[in-house]
Amino acid sequence: MTEFVKPSVEYFELWPLLAVFGVACLGVVVEAFLPRSIRYTAQVVLALGGLVLALVGVVLVAQRVQTYDDGAARGVLAVGGTIAVDGPSLFIWGLVLALAIAGVLLFAERHLDGGVSAFAGQAAAVPGTDAETASIAANREHTEVYPLMMFAVFGMMLFPAANDLLTMFVGLEVLSLPLYLLSGLARRRRLLSQEAALKYFLLGAFSSGFFLYGAALLYGFAGALDFASINEAVRNDVGSQSLLLIGTGLLSVGLLFKVGAVPFQAWTPDVYQGAPTPVTAFMAAGTKVAAFGAIMRLFYVALGADRWSWQPMLWIIAVLSMFVGAVLAITQTDIKRLLAYSSVAHTGFILTGVLGLQAADQLAVGEISSVQAVLFYLATYGFATIGAFAVVSLVRDGAGETTAIDRWAGLGKESPVVAAVFAFFLLAMAGIPLTSGFVGKLAVFSVALAAGAWPVVVAAVIASIIAAFLYVRVIKVMYFDKPIGDGPSVAYPSVLTATTIAVGAAITLVLGVLPGPVLDLAAVAGEFIR
Amino acid sequence: MILTVLILLPLVGALVTAFVPAAVARLVGLGFAAATLVAGIVVAAQYNAGDGMQLTETRTWIESLGVHYALGVDGLGLLMVLLTVVLVPIVLLAGWHESEAPGNNGAKAFFAWTLALEAMSLAVFTATDVLLFYVVFEATLIPAYFLIGGFGRAGRGRAATKFLIYQLAGGLIMLASVIGLYVVSANAGNPSFLISDLAALDIDETTQRWLFVGFFIAFAIKAPMFPVHTWLADTTEKATTGTSVLLVCILDKIGTFGMLRFCLGLLPDASQWATPVVIVLALISIIYGALVAIGQDDVLRLIGLTSLSHFGFIVLGIFVFSSNGSSGAILYMVNHGIATALMFLVAGFLIRRTGTASIREMGGVEKAAPLLAGFFLVGGLAAAGLPGLSPFVSEMLVIIAAFEHHWLAGSVAVLAIVLAAFYALWMYQRTMTGPDRVGMAPVADLDRREVGILAPLLLALLLFGFYPMPLLDVINPFVHESLASVGIGQEGGPQ
Repeated sequence: MTEFVKPSVEYFELWPLLAVFGVACLGVVVEAFLPRSIRYTAQVVLALGGLVLALVGVVLVAQRVQTYDDGAARGVLAVGGTIAVDGPSLFIWGLVLALAIAGVLLFAERHLDGGVSAFAGQAAAVPGTDAETASIAANREHTEVYPLMMFAVFGMMLFPAANDLLTMFVGLEVLSLPLYLLSGLARRRRLLSQEAALKYFLLGAFSSGFFLYGAALLYGFAGALDFASINEAVRNDVGSQSLLLIGTGLLSVGLLFKVGAVPFQAWTPDVYQGAPTPVTAFMAAGTKVAAFGAIMRLFYVALGADRWSWQPMLWIIAVLSMFVGAVLAITQTDIKRLLAYSSVAHTGFILTGVLGLQAADQLAVGEISSVQAVLFYLATYGFATIGAFAVVSLVRDGAGETTAIDRWAGLGKESPVVAAVFAFFLLAMAGIPLTSGFVGKLAVFSVALAAGAWPVVVAAVIASIIAAFLYVRVIKVMYFDKPIGDGPSVAYPSVLTATTIAVGAAITLVLGVLPGPVLDLAAVAGEFIR
Repeated sequence: MILTVLILLPLVGALVTAFVPAAVARLVGLGFAAATLVAGIVVAAQYNAGDGMQLTETRTWIESLGVHYALGVDGLGLLMVLLTVVLVPIVLLAGWHESEAPGNNGAKAFFAWTLALEAMSLAVFTATDVLLFYVVFEATLIPAYFLIGGFGRAGRGRAATKFLIYQLAGGLIMLASVIGLYVVSANAGNPSFLISDLAALDIDETTQRWLFVGFFIAFAIKAPMFPVHTWLADTTEKATTGTSVLLVCILDKIGTFGMLRFCLGLLPDASQWATPVVIVLALISIIYGALVAIGQDDVLRLIGLTSLSHFGFIVLGIFVFSSNGSSGAILYMVNHGIATALMFLVAGFLIRRTGTASIREMGGVEKAAPLLAGFFLVGGLAAAGLPGLSPFVSEMLVIIAAFEHHWLAGSVAVLAIVLAAFYALWMYQRTMTGPDRVGMAPVADLDRREVGILAPLLLALLLFGFYPMPLLDVINPFVHESLASVGIGQEGGPQ
C-alpha cells in the first residue's frame, strides 16, 4: 500500500479551469440568495465575467507554456499528472470559451419571445397544468441555466485536457449532466423538449457505462490509468492483447457517442430538435470540440503506438458517419434535424482528419499535421454551427420558432440579410471556397491523403457532393420558392444574438479568406505532451 | 500589380453597385465594367508574346498549406481575359431593361452579380497557384447561381439548383486531385500549390492518372462534354440570354482552359494515356450536340446544345496533341465566345418581341425586322463555320489536326459541319421566313441600342474571319512553349 501523497496543484496553469469552476459554484450561491428580480442580470454578468477571465487566463498561460520549449510538445502535466496543460488543450480551451461566450449571449436573449428567454418558466410544472399557466403569467424564467452551463463548460475544458482515464471520465460526466438538464428546459413545445432530454440522458448514461468498462479493461491491460503508462504498456506489448482491443473499443463507444458518430448518432436529431435552440447551438459546437480533443488525446497519446488497430475502425466509422449524415439530412423536413444530421456528416469529416495521424518524421517541413488540421476544422465548425442555430432562433411564426423547412420559403424576400447570413453559414458547411469550411475540409482531407487513407478521402468527396445538395436545397427554398401563406417572419433580435451571429459570420469569412494566423496558432499548439 | 487591379475593379464595382441607390446602380456598374475593360487593354499592351508567364505577382497566402496568391498571364490567359472584359459590358447593356422586367430580381442585383462573376472569372484566368485557381473556380458558382435563379423564365430556380449541384460535384472531385498534388509535392519535400513548383515535380504514372481523372471530370462538367452536359440546355433555356452569354461564352471556357493548363501542363503523361477515351467523348459531343440541337423547339435550348458540339471541337483540338490542334482549339475558344454571344443576344431580343421561345410559334420575322433577321443569320452561319467568319478558321485547324491524328476522327468531325449548317439554316428558315404567324403583332426591328450592342460582335467575327493573325500571334508562341514543355515534337505551327 503506497502512502497517499498530496499532489501539488499548478494554480497558474489551471487558472482558466478554476475560474470557470469557481464562477459556476458562485452562480449556485447567487441563485440561492439573490432576489428573483436581479438574478438574470447578476447571472449573465457573472457568467460572462468568468468566461472572459478564463479566456485571458488561457492567453497568459499559453505565453508561459511557450517557455517549456522542448521540441514539438510544450506544456505541463498538472495535479500529479492528471491534467495536461499543453498546446492542444489551450487551443481547445480558448475555442470552448469563445463558443461559451457566444452561448451565454444566446441564453440571455429576451427580445425574441416577448421579453422572456427561451427557457421554461418553471420546469417542474407539468405541461398543460395551472402551475404552468401561472408561471407563464408571472413571466418567470429559470436563471439556473447559467451555472448549469458553466459546469458544462468546465467539463468541456477538463475532458480534452484529462491525462488519465478517470479524469477523462469525470470530465465526460461533468460536461454531460448539465446538458441533459438544459435540453429539457424549452419554453415552447415542452413535451418534445422533455422527451429529448430523457433520450439524451438514457443513451448518454449507457455510453458512459461503456466508457467506464473500457477504462477498467484498459487498466487490466496496462496496470495503470494514466496515458503515459498505457502508452508504455502498448509499446512494450505487455499484458493481454484482447484486453487492450476490447478496452479500446468500449472507450471508443463512449467517446464517439459524444461526437455523434455513426452508429451512435441516434440521439442527435431528437436532442437537437427538442432542446431550446440556444442550448442546441452551444451544445452542438462545444461538445464536439471538447470530445474531439479527448478522442485525439486518447488515441494519439495513450494508444498512438497501437494505431494499426484503431485506424481501420475509424476509417469505417468516418465513412459511415459522412454517408449516413448526408443522406439522412436530405430526407429531413425540419431545419434543426437537418443541421443535426449535417453535424453527423461533419463528425465523419473531422474523423477523416483524426485518422490522418502520421509520425512526426514522416511529415515534410511545413506540411500540415493531423492535430493542426483537426483543431482548425473544429474552430471553423464551431463558429458556423453556433451562428447557424442563432439564425434559426430568429425565424418565427405565431407559435414560436418555425423550424419546418418549407415554411422558410420566401425568407430571401422577407429578410434579405438574415437569409444571406444563413446561406453563408450553409455554404461554409458545404465547404465552398472563401468560407472557413473549405479550408477546414482542405486541411483534414490533406492529412488523410498524406497518411494514405485515400479511400476515405474519395468517400469524403462523394459524401461532400451529397451534402452540398442538401445545403443548396435549403438556399433554393429561401430564395426561389413561393412562400406558404404569409411566409415566415423574422423577429428582430437584441444586440446579444445579433452580436453572436455577426461574430460567427465574420469568423467564418476571415477563416476562409485569411486562415493563416489560426492555422499557425494550431501549428504552434503542436503535439500533445505525454 | 495590374492583374490585381484588374480583378479588384469589378469586385469593388460589385460591392459599390449593390449599395448605391437603385437609380444610378446601372450606370455605376457599367462604369466599373468599362474601367475593367480599360485595365484589360492595359494588360494586353504590356504583354509580350512569347515570353511565358508575365506580369507575375506572388505572395504567400496560407503558409501552413503552401498556398500563394500568385497571378500571371500567358497567351491563353490573356485571350480569355480579353474575351471576358469585352463581353461583360455588352451583357450589361443587353440586360439594361431586361433585368428590370417583372418577376426578375432587379437591375441592381443583375449588375452586381455580373461584376462579381467577372472578377472571379478574371481571377481564374490569371491564377498561377492551383489552390487559388480552385478557390476562385468554385467562387464563380455563387454569382452564377444567383444570376440563373434570379433572372429569367419560370422554372429557373430548379435549373439553378441543377447547375450548382453539377458544378459543385465536379469541383469536389477536382478538390481530391488538388489535394493529391499537394501531397505529392509534400512527399517530394516542398509542400506547395504553385504551378511552377508542381510542374517541376516528377509524378509517377499511376498517380498522374488518378489526378488526371479528378481534374478531367471537373473540366468536362464545366466545358461541358457528353455525358455530363445535361445541365447546359436546362440552364440556357431558363436563364436570361445575358446570363447564358456569361455562362457559356466565359465560364464554360474555364473547362477547356483548365484542361490545357492542368491536364496537359501538369500531367502530360496521363493526358496522353487518356487521349483515346477523351477523343471519342469529344467526337460524341460534336455529333450528339448537333443532332440534338436540330430537334429542339426552344431557341435557347438549341443554341445551348450547339455549344456542346463546339466544345467537343475544342476538346478534340486540345487532345490531338499537335500545334495545329492546340492553336485551333484556343482560337476556337475565342471565336466561339464571340459567335455564341451574338446568337444568344439576338435570340434574346427576338424572344422579348415575340413573347415566346418556341420555334414552332414564330415565323415571318424577316419581313418586319430585317436587321434582326440579318444578325440572326450571321450568328447562325458563324456557328455553321462559313468561310469569312472567324469560327471557320479555328474549325479548319482543328479538323486538319484531327485528320493528322487519325483519319476516322477527322471524318467524324467533318460531319458536324454539315449538321451545323442544317440546324442553323433550318432554325433560320422556321423562325424568320415563311408567312406571318396568325394573331401575332408584327415584330419591331432592332433599335439603335440593340444594334450598338451587337455591332462589335459582328465586326469581330468579320475581322478575325479574314485576318486572324493578331490572335494567332498570341496563340502560337504559347502553344509552342507549352507543347515543348510537355515534350511533344513540333510539326510547325499554322501560318
